[in-house]
Amino acid sequence: MVTQEKPKETLSSVTIRFVGDSGDGMQLTGTQFTNTSALFGNDTSTYPNFPAEIRAPQGTLAGVSGFQIHFSSNNIHTAGDHLDVLVAMNPAAFKTNINDLRQNGILIINEDAFSASNLKKAGFKEDEDVFSKYLNKFRIYKVPITKMTLGALDGLDMMAKAKERCKNMFALGLTYWIYSRSLDPTLEWLESKFGKKPDLFESNVRALKAGYNYGNTTEIFQNTYEVPKAKIVPGVYRNITGNQAISLGFVAASELVGKPLFIGSYPITPATEILQELSMYKNFGVKTFQAEDEIAGIGSAIGAAFAGQLAITTTSGPGIALKSEFMNLAVITELPVVIADIQRGGPSTGLPTKTEQTDLLQVLYGRNGESPIPVVAARSPSDCFLAAIEACRIAIEYMTPVVILSDTQIAIGSEPWKLPDLETLKPIHTRIHEDIDTFAPYRRNDDLARQWAIPGTPGCEHTIGGLEKENITGKVNLSAEVHEEMVKIRAAKVKGIADKLPPLEVYGEQSGDLLFLGWGSTYGAIRTAADELLASGCKVGQVHLRHINPLPNDLGEIFSRFKHIVVPELNSGQLLMILRAKFLIDIKGINQVNTKPFAVSDLVIRAKELIGDK
Amino acid sequence: MTQTQELTKADFVSEGDVKWCPGCGDYAILSSVQTVLPTLGIPKEKFCFVSGIGCSSRFPYYMDTYGFHTIHGRAPTVASGVKMANPDLSVWVVTGDGDGLSIGANHTVHMIRRNMDLKVLLFNNRIYGLTKGQYSPTSEKGKVTKTSVYGSIDNPLNPVAFAIASGATFAARTNAANPKHMQEILKAAADHKGTAFVEILQNCNIFNDGAFAKYLDKETKSEENLILEEGKPLLFNNDTQGIVMSLEGSHPRLIVEEVNATDTSVSITGKKFLVHDPKNEDHTLSYLISQLGVSLEGTPTAMGVLRAVRKPTYDEVLYEQEAQAKAQRGVGILKKLIYSSDTWTVTEESQAAGV
Repeated sequence: MVTQEKPKETLSSVTIRFVGDSGDGMQLTGTQFTNTSALFGNDTSTYPNFPAEIRAPQGTLAGVSGFQIHFSSNNIHTAGDHLDVLVAMNPAAFKTNINDLRQNGILIINEDAFSASNLKKAGFKEDEDVFSKYLNKFRIYKVPITKMTLGALDGLDMMAKAKERCKNMFALGLTYWIYSRSLDPTLEWLESKFGKKPDLFESNVRALKAGYNYGNTTEIFQNTYEVPKAKIVPGVYRNITGNQAISLGFVAASELVGKPLFIGSYPITPATEILQELSMYKNFGVKTFQAEDEIAGIGSAIGAAFAGQLAITTTSGPGIALKSEFMNLAVITELPVVIADIQRGGPSTGLPTKTEQTDLLQVLYGRNGESPIPVVAARSPSDCFLAAIEACRIAIEYMTPVVILSDTQIAIGSEPWKLPDLETLKPIHTRIHEDIDTFAPYRRNDDLARQWAIPGTPGCEHTIGGLEKENITGKVNLSAEVHEEMVKIRAAKVKGIADKLPPLEVYGEQSGDLLFLGWGSTYGAIRTAADELLASGCKVGQVHLRHINPLPNDLGEIFSRFKHIVVPELNSGQLLMILRAKFLIDIKGINQVNTKPFAVSDLVIRAKELIGDK
Repeated sequence: MTQTQELTKADFVSEGDVKWCPGCGDYAILSSVQTVLPTLGIPKEKFCFVSGIGCSSRFPYYMDTYGFHTIHGRAPTVASGVKMANPDLSVWVVTGDGDGLSIGANHTVHMIRRNMDLKVLLFNNRIYGLTKGQYSPTSEKGKVTKTSVYGSIDNPLNPVAFAIASGATFAARTNAANPKHMQEILKAAADHKGTAFVEILQNCNIFNDGAFAKYLDKETKSEENLILEEGKPLLFNNDTQGIVMSLEGSHPRLIVEEVNATDTSVSITGKKFLVHDPKNEDHTLSYLISQLGVSLEGTPTAMGVLRAVRKPTYDEVLYEQEAQAKAQRGVGILKKLIYSSDTWTVTEESQAAGV
């Protein structure tokens, strides 16, 4: 083999998207590229994008599955606005993604898949030259990926179909070559995955190497690129998705509370992985209960909470709708239950695999009666760990149901996580009560949290339920005075949580022209936009809320330091509505409900318009 | 610690007033449960009563035990959570024909098929009482109520048949108007390990008075009650009649035969009258017996334990799996878990080294 030294160009950031049929192994390809880049020392951020159908008909637009990775020598917070490289394994993948490729970006297509029938399936004419209008716009590389893969696997005793399945490894090898990545991490992974199946191991290794060598030896690629290591805070890191991090957060919280973890859930996209992940942790005393429906999921969790465990239920928007009556039972019985809502596109079944922040008003207000429930939100995949612990802390210390909000983007997106020093996590104090003489079911401490006497405790027998009850004794009482008193106590308890929150952090300018206020998965895009604006001399700050109910006490004071307050949300203005009602100031929204995360550039443009609009 | 041997009925009576209508069948059930509990050898603090919504579901308020009055139809879910969290507890579900078989039928099926170790008391009065008199899933066809002015067109459910078909390891039927029998059945249910489903026929004297009168009237009670006893033939009406199985084509049917009849050829069991065998692994015969009286005209209704089979319970196996996982993988250590996946270390030196 002839190897040639080709010129190498250094870049600070690259965004690649691998797209193909949902059976083409694009998620795996993207994950491997991510791990290799993280191990090399880049900062990374990823965003998988796949259809709601498991295997839509092959080659169709509905079946396109993609995985986007942004890797950089800087610290990054998003999976990237525009693509530098698009690897499209068939015409459908090409058609549905080409508009995201930047001017002069690299397009690599599997030439063999652009057959007349595949073109037709993607809605092109059978003989259409689909690339002609892009010749001056992109750098287009037509690679016979299927043929080259089959050629590399020549002589192996495998079915042609099985051989063809290795073409994702060829594509991966080729991109490794373009970005000067080592093959070693993927070779090690193949060894651990297929070590016992020599045929599969050999075929994947050959395809990977063939892709790499193809880049190296052919004339079509003029140069390669390198993305140097990022300056990263020293520590031990791993890649983690939001759903993994939230699961680990719950296990950690269970240890901090000193009570076993119980999770009662029903599978629902995109929350299912939490139930799957936790079901592996039986040796941690974690009990997972796959209930018959969403209602039974939270019902079992409330039963486990009554019986003294750290109880969790996980779901998405449609599941919240079903759980609402039980959430209210937890409100009136003041039991600690954490409800994790991994938001997705709605209404109704909506867009199960797409991201939105449209459940905020539902979790705050979507129940009968006056029903205050604390709400916390996670801002990034790794942040789900601390957000989960915070949700459990509030639930246990205040004896209340708590909602934790995540969404598709952070649930399935990944980033490197600097592993926490577990010794620094504070214990969570329970209201467990065993003393007969001082016991009353609704006797409260200064935080208004009631006593938690669990079944099995001698002398503390009592009945709780959904009917209105007296304070302290917990006896059923439907009188006007008692009801009004209890409504106020329940509200005051939740409001009081804010009194013990740490001060908000304002990123960037502490006062000035514009404050971005966000919550949830928009954090990365807003932070990146704020950095760009700060770099261009704009006086902007950023506050990103962990606690949405109750809102932090110092928020109003921070608002007073900025001329414009802007709330970017992936909904039509839900937090915006609450803030405008509460603070009576002209807060502006930047809103988008198009299944996609914010593009940084859109936030920057909108902010500049506002600042200029003095 | 409560001394179990000292417990009496009075220990289980709560201080508040009981607020069911005077004459309601629920009083007898409450009294019987309070009579049986002290005999079980279980400390008072280990009992937990969980209910849904409806007249029956006020039950936990009248018991001096741990109790949870939950939401409509969902008591099995909460009770399952309590039991999984603490399998040492004796957890009882109190529900009704509307709560357990209409809005909550789904949960009832799944509780039973899992064989969660719960005692289930389903008060069947064949009417919605708390909402003042609408037909329920066990109301007979044609019943005129406030919401079925022209007569109900729903086909009624048979609670015990429903339980057996769902895979119940214990299913029984008793009558609130017969406290002695009811207490025997409650004791048997308490002693059963697994979901113990008990249908209690209970008279609503306000909205459906006399629904079960035929089981009590002196004139009819002998011919309408088939009292089941393990190992005994299915005889009733002062042992003058019995139940035999016949085949109608390929279809097994239970029919009534006179005891003095001499023809034994109608039986497929080899014996003329069926012998009650609630512990048989196969539930087919229990299911057929559950149909008597309720779904089969001209036959008596089976009262007693129709089925009692010991099988592993969900909560038992849940804890067995946990113990196995701990034995095989060691008790989990959080730090190892978090640091377990593919990690990499960034040091000051590796940062300085550049690419």
